[in-house]
Amino acid sequence: MTQAPILEIRGLSKAFGAVKALSDVQFELRRGEIHALCGENGAGKSTLMNMIAGVLQPDEGDILIDGERISIHSPAAAQRLGIALVHQEIALCQDATVAENIYMAAINSRRAPLMNFQKLYADAQKVMDLLAPIPVRTRVADLSISNQQLVEIAKALTLDCKVLMLDEPTAALTESEAQRLFSIVRGLRERGISVVYISHRMAEIFSLCDRVTVFRDGRYVATDQVAAVSPDDVVRKMVGREITQLYPDKLAPQEPGRLLLSVEGLSDGRRFADVDLQLRAGEILGIGGLIGAGRSEIAQTVCGLRPSTSGTVALDGKQLQLRSYGDAVKAGLVYLSEDRKGSGVFLDLPIAANISALDLARLTGRLGLLDRKAEDRQARELTGRLGVRMAGIDAVVSTLSGGNQQKVAIARQLSVDPKVIIMDEPTRGIDVGAKVEIHRLLRQLAGSGVGVIVISSELPELIGLCDRVLVVREGRIAGELSASELGEEAIIMLASGVHNSSTQRQAQNVA
Amino acid sequence: MSPRESGEALVHAEIKAASAVRRINFAQLASMREAGLIVIILALCIAMSFASPHFLTWGNFRAMLMSFSIEGIVVVGMTILLIVGGIDLSVGSVVCFSMVVSGALFLAGLDPWTASLIGIGVSALIGAAMGFFVTVIGLNHFITSLAAMVIVRGMCLVVTKGTPLSLFTLPPAFKAIGQGSFNNIPYVILIFVVVVAIFDFLLRRATAFRKVFYTGSNEKAAQFSGIRTNQVKFWVTVLCSTLAGLAGVIYMARFGAATPTFGAGIELNIIAAAVIGGASLNGGSGTIFGAILGMALLSVVTSSLILLDVSVYWQDMIKGCILLAAVSIDHFLHRKKS
Repeated sequence: MTQAPILEIRGLSKAFGAVKALSDVQFELRRGEIHALCGENGAGKSTLMNMIAGVLQPDEGDILIDGERISIHSPAAAQRLGIALVHQEIALCQDATVAENIYMAAINSRRAPLMNFQKLYADAQKVMDLLAPIPVRTRVADLSISNQQLVEIAKALTLDCKVLMLDEPTAALTESEAQRLFSIVRGLRERGISVVYISHRMAEIFSLCDRVTVFRDGRYVATDQVAAVSPDDVVRKMVGREITQLYPDKLAPQEPGRLLLSVEGLSDGRRFADVDLQLRAGEILGIGGLIGAGRSEIAQTVCGLRPSTSGTVALDGKQLQLRSYGDAVKAGLVYLSEDRKGSGVFLDLPIAANISALDLARLTGRLGLLDRKAEDRQARELTGRLGVRMAGIDAVVSTLSGGNQQKVAIARQLSVDPKVIIMDEPTRGIDVGAKVEIHRLLRQLAGSGVGVIVISSELPELIGLCDRVLVVREGRIAGELSASELGEEAIIMLASGVHNSSTQRQAQNVA
Repeated sequence: MSPRESGEALVHAEIKAASAVRRINFAQLASMREAGLIVIILALCIAMSFASPHFLTWGNFRAMLMSFSIEGIVVVGMTILLIVGGIDLSVGSVVCFSMVVSGALFLAGLDPWTASLIGIGVSALIGAAMGFFVTVIGLNHFITSLAAMVIVRGMCLVVTKGTPLSLFTLPPAFKAIGQGSFNNIPYVILIFVVVVAIFDFLLRRATAFRKVFYTGSNEKAAQFSGIRTNQVKFWVTVLCSTLAGLAGVIYMARFGAATPTFGAGIELNIIAAAVIGGASLNGGSGTIFGAILGMALLSVVTSSLILLDVSVYWQDMIKGCILLAAVSIDHFLHRKKS
C-alpha cells in the first residue's frame, strides 16, 4: 500500500513544569484508516490529541499535515485544517439546546447578524439522528450523561473534517449506543476520513481499528497492524511490566475479619434501588460500573450526604440514623469526593486548614476558639505520614501537585480516625508515582483494620487493588466479583449488561 | 534525554516541582496586602502634611476617624459576608431604617435605649429575611440584597412619610454615644475599635468563623466536610444587617435626627473598602484589619481632596479609580499564584 499519511508527528515533546508528559514521540495517520491509540492513564495520549487540536503547543517536534510542516496555534486553526477532537470530558453549554451546541463552531463563524433557528434545528436534527433520536430542541442539561456524550460526537461530525479524534468516546455509552457509534465511524472511513480512536477497551480496538499505536509513560512504543497482534501483545506493550508490580499485595483468601459496614435495601427513589453491600475489616472493596450508573450517589447516600427513601446502614453492628453527613463523620464513616478541585479540597486555603475542616470540634477549645497549635500538630503529623511534598503546612493547597492535593484530602479523612473510608476515584488525574503511594496507603489502612471502599472507573485499579468488586449498573448492584473472578472482561460485562439485556431494560425502566 | 520514567523518577520530578513552587502562602499574601496599604496611607499622609498645614492636626484626624468609624462597623459585617461568598447592597437602606424606626419609636414615647434595641432587632430580621431567600429559596445574595435595598428604602419613606424626624429631644445620655467622648476620644471611635477588635479576633480564631472561610472558599467541599453551609450563610447575612442596624442607631445619636434618605450609596463605599483591603468577591479570603485599612485609605483620600480644594465632582472619579487599581492588583496576584 502506498498511502501518504494525512497526519504525521515527528519527535514531539511536551513538559508540564518538571514532569515530561511526552518525550520524542511519533505517530502516523493514513488517509481513511481508523487508528487506535493506546496507553495507560498518564501515557500522554490526551496530551498528544490536545496538541494536534491546537489546545496545547509542543515544546519540540513537528506536526505534518499532508506532508507539510505546520503549527497549530489554536483550536480554531485546527478546525480550519479539518481536525476535530471529541474530548473525553463533556464540554457542552449546559443551558443551550442540543442544536445550538452542535453548531456552536458554525454559529461562531456565521456572518449574518441574526440566527436562522429553523435551519439550525433542521440541520442539527439530521446530524443527531445519525447517532440517536435525541430531540435537538432539548436543553443539554436535561440529557443523561450518555446522551450528552452523543451530542459531543454529533458536534464533531458537523465539522467538515479530514481527521476526527475520539478520546474514549464509549466511556459513558451503553453497548447498543456504542455499536451505533462504531457503524458511523466505519461509515466515515468509507468517506475517506481518518479517525484516531483512543480507548482502553481491547474488544473495541480489535473489532473497529486498522492499526494500533501504543504509548507508555510519555514515550512511543510501537505501531502495529491490528490483524498482526493479539490483545495480550497490546496490553503488554502498554504496561511494559507485570501489572501486579504496580499494586500492593492483596489479602490471602479467607482472611477478611469482622463485618464493619452493612448496607441493606438502600434506595433513594431516583438514581438507585435495593443496594446491599457488606464490608469486612481488612479488605478493600471496589465498586465499578459506568459513569452515571449511580456509584457516587450510592456512596454519598450511605454517608448521609444525600437522603435515602428506604434501607438501612449499620456500622460495626450498630444501626446508623444519619440526618446529615456530620452524623456519619461522628460515627466514623467518611467519604472522599471524586471531584478533587470542585469539592475535594479548598484550593485557596492553607494545608493545615484543609485537613482540619472535617472535624473542627476536636480542635476547638474553651470559648469556641480554635486551638491553632493542635491544628498545626495534626497537619504536621498527617502530612508526614502520607508523605505530602509541600513548602510547609501554611502553603495554600493550589501550590501542590494533583497527587499531593489528593493526599491532603485523604489526610483530612484520616484526621477523624475513621472506621470506614469511602474513596470516590481516589487516583483520578494524578501521576503514576503518587498513585502507587496512595494505593499502598489504602492497603496499609485496610491492614490496620479500617474498612476501605474504592469507587473507580479504571479497570486496572479495581483489578489490581481490590479484594472484591461490586459492579453497579443503572442504579443496581449488577454483580459481585471475587479476587479470583476479577478481570476487565468480567467487569465490563456486568457494567454494560451485554449478556443480560432483559434485566438491563427493566433497570432502565426503573431509572 | 532523561532516563526512562518509572514511577520512581516521576516521584523525584514531583519533589523538584514541589520545592520549586514559590513559597507564597495565604497569611503572607494577606499581610503583604495590609503592609502595602499601610505604606500607601503613610505616604499619602506625609505628602499631604507638606501640601496642607491643616492635614496633620488632631482635629483633622479626629474628623477623619469620626467619618469612617460608623461606616467601619458596617464594613466589618460586609467583609465577613464577602468572605462567605455573599454581598449585601442593602446596608445603606438598613442603616437608615434602623435609624428611622428607633427615631419614630422614641417620638412615640419609648425610651431611646429600648427604641434602639428594637431598631437593631428589626435590622436583624431584615437580614434573616434575606438569609431565607438566599438559603431556602436559593436566590443569590446580589439580587436578594438589591431587592432589599429598594424595599427597605421604601419602608424608610413610609415610616417617616418622607420627612426627616427631628430628634433634638433625645436625652443627653443617649446623644453622648454619638457626640460625647472619653478622655478626648469620642465614644464613636471607641465603639468602632471594640467592634473591630472583637470580630477581627473571632474571624482569626473562632471555630464558628473558620466555617465562614470554608464555605466561601469552596462551598461543595465544605458540604463534603459536614459543614452546614446554608446555616453559615444565613447567620453571616443576619450579622451583616445587625451591624448595619447598630451603625444606624449610632448615627441617630450623633445627628439627633433621622432622615429617610440617609445612607443612600454608602454600600458602594463599604464594599470598595473591603475589596481594597483584600476581600475577594469570589469568597474565601479577606481580613477585617485589611478592610479597615481600605476604609482608612478612602477616607484619607477624601480628606486630602477636600483640603486640596478638589471639586466634589472629581472625588468620586478618583475613588473609583483607586478601587479599580486595587482589584486589578488583586487579580494579578491571584493569577500569579495559580
